[in-house]
Amino acid sequence: MMTKAATVAPPAGVIEGYRQQAPSVTRDGDVVTVDATGIYYQQLNDAIRDEVSGGAKRIVLNGVNGQRYVGCGLRVSGVKLEVNGCAGNDLAMFTDGAEIEVFGNAQDGVGNTMSSGRVVVHGDAGDVLGYGMRGGNVYVKGDVGYRVGIHMKAYEKNIPVLVCGGKARDFFGEYMAGGMLVLLGINTRDAAQRIAGGFLGAGMHGGVIYIRGTVESWQVGAEVGVTEADEDAMAELRPIIEDYAGAMGMDAAEILSQPFTRIVPMSHRPYAKLYASM
Amino acid sequence: MPYDLSRYDGFDPARYREESPFKIHGGCGLMGLCDESGALMSGEEAILAMAVQRDRGNGLGGGYAGYGIYPEFADHFCFHMMYHDLKAKEEAEAILDQHFLIEVAEPMPTRPVKGITDAPLLWRYFMTPHQHILDEREQSAEDYVVSVVMLVNSRVDGAFVASSGKNMGAFKGVGFPEEIGHYFRLEEYAGHTWVAHNRFPTNTPGWWGGAHPFTLLDWSIVHNGEISSYGINSRYLEQFGYTCSLGTDTEVAAYLFDLLLRRHKLPVSLACKALAAPLWDEIDRMPEDEAALMRSLRAVYGPGMLNGPFAIVLGFNGGMVALNDRIKLRPLVAARCGSKLMVASEESAIRTVLPDPDEVWTPKAGEPVIGRVKGMDWPIHGDLHLGAAQISCAVTAVEPACDAEEVTV
Repeated sequence: MMTKAATVAPPAGVIEGYRQQAPSVTRDGDVVTVDATGIYYQQLNDAIRDEVSGGAKRIVLNGVNGQRYVGCGLRVSGVKLEVNGCAGNDLAMFTDGAEIEVFGNAQDGVGNTMSSGRVVVHGDAGDVLGYGMRGGNVYVKGDVGYRVGIHMKAYEKNIPVLVCGGKARDFFGEYMAGGMLVLLGINTRDAAQRIAGGFLGAGMHGGVIYIRGTVESWQVGAEVGVTEADEDAMAELRPIIEDYAGAMGMDAAEILSQPFTRIVPMSHRPYAKLYASM
Repeated sequence: MPYDLSRYDGFDPARYREESPFKIHGGCGLMGLCDESGALMSGEEAILAMAVQRDRGNGLGGGYAGYGIYPEFADHFCFHMMYHDLKAKEEAEAILDQHFLIEVAEPMPTRPVKGITDAPLLWRYFMTPHQHILDEREQSAEDYVVSVVMLVNSRVDGAFVASSGKNMGAFKGVGFPEEIGHYFRLEEYAGHTWVAHNRFPTNTPGWWGGAHPFTLLDWSIVHNGEISSYGINSRYLEQFGYTCSLGTDTEVAAYLFDLLLRRHKLPVSLACKALAAPLWDEIDRMPEDEAALMRSLRAVYGPGMLNGPFAIVLGFNGGMVALNDRIKLRPLVAARCGSKLMVASEESAIRTVLPDPDEVWTPKAGEPVIGRVKGMDWPIHGDLHLGAAQISCAVTAVEPACDAEEVTV
């Protein structure tokens, strides 16, 4: 018969995906190792903040799997987090100065509204990467998802820079208001795919996009101008590529050996005539 | 006329202080797991994948569907039922008894779990349709079952069919998914395919019948997102005898797949293109014969197109299909590990079940990820290659599923 003897207690081990308890931490001078395995993001971020207050300069997070907001709002410079595993949503959200290196893939929303600092992802990253980013550098080795760099913005010396080593999907640089987006198309799992999708720079009204290679006219709207990057543009791009190549262990000269396409907005107010009175 | 402010609760600072420390994350979470070799996996695997995505829901809905879980009754239709009271149970059982030979009727095996309260009466039935009625009506068993499901859901107050397929079942309710999973003792079941859902209700209430998956026959749907086209979809489905009575937009997706795959016999890739249709300018860039096919598909299935943001997983006996809306407004990640194919809202869910996958990728918007169990009959006409003209023929040739008025397409 189908019905088996009733077992009252659920099997041990899985009631919640994460345990709400402090992670185990080992300290060696100003280097701290945190075992994040199965620890809820709140306790994990509490531990990170405590260690930063306690003077840690390098924090190694082992066993990370999907915990959200790692490094959220860390307003400190000279501190580096190393994430081993799969970084959860909104990695480096509001981060202001810290450096974060991920050895694995990152989920959606890396660098959300980030102010300054540096994020290096040695893997792929998901959708809405660099959402509303307003400073700092985000470097991704592999492919990235949809709506990358959506509404990035710049103010005076705060100029966000986002470099993706693989390919991107639709809406790359959507509503972009400032900063620099770079797409290389090199470290990709899908050689057949186009380097970027449609709606490239849709609604863009500030900043600049560099794409290694060319784009088709249908990929972009009338609000942006597309040209081949000239000497001045390459002078702006070169130091960024050199920094990226250094972080990824790639050859900058090889990356720069192909022409780049430069995409800039035609107007700071692309919809002025649509929504404002004439 | 001025507003009568006394009618409203107004702003209560005490209540705000009480709630403000908490952030409700939300977003819904889902997963699908299929072992294409047909090997069975414990329901615990699905629970594990949902537990790490706990923050994607708010405790107002969790659910699972498992396939291959009832090998002892593989040829029987299994109805999982929810009853608000004994009167509803009596009325629904009278309908079931009238339409089916009931082999087994028993309460669902559950265990008390902290966090799960207010469960309705949960029963399951293993049944076969009365052959003489099928002969009388000249109806297929599947169409017959659909008509009974619609009848119970729309006519019996307080009775709902949670699932109605063969060798499968849906287990769902109000709670976090890992609580629901343990409540239904899913670790005691083994299936080759599992789909699961964590709900964050937005437009409709969180209630037991409104939790995902939504099912019909073997089909089960879990869905993250919002079907803005619910109104036109449900009116379109009514023409084919489907009644939408569960108060959640996802219901239309389950019935649309039944219509397109089982009754119109579209290949799954085309059915997905009908639901997540390519944009017109994309169609203009396609080779001419493909463009003609897509234009035809959009013309015929315009009212069936799902508008709005979604990630869905369709489970069935023989595999699963995962699909995003055409501009990827909801997350979906896929992975392969040996014979196992898995999809989830977050990569972390995949890595919890498959710690070292062979490959992980994000599917493109509107392009299905399909898992098929080896050796199982493909329930849909996947090898049929339809041209533009054949699509119109497929639609006009079908019979209504139950006693709806005749429809001319």
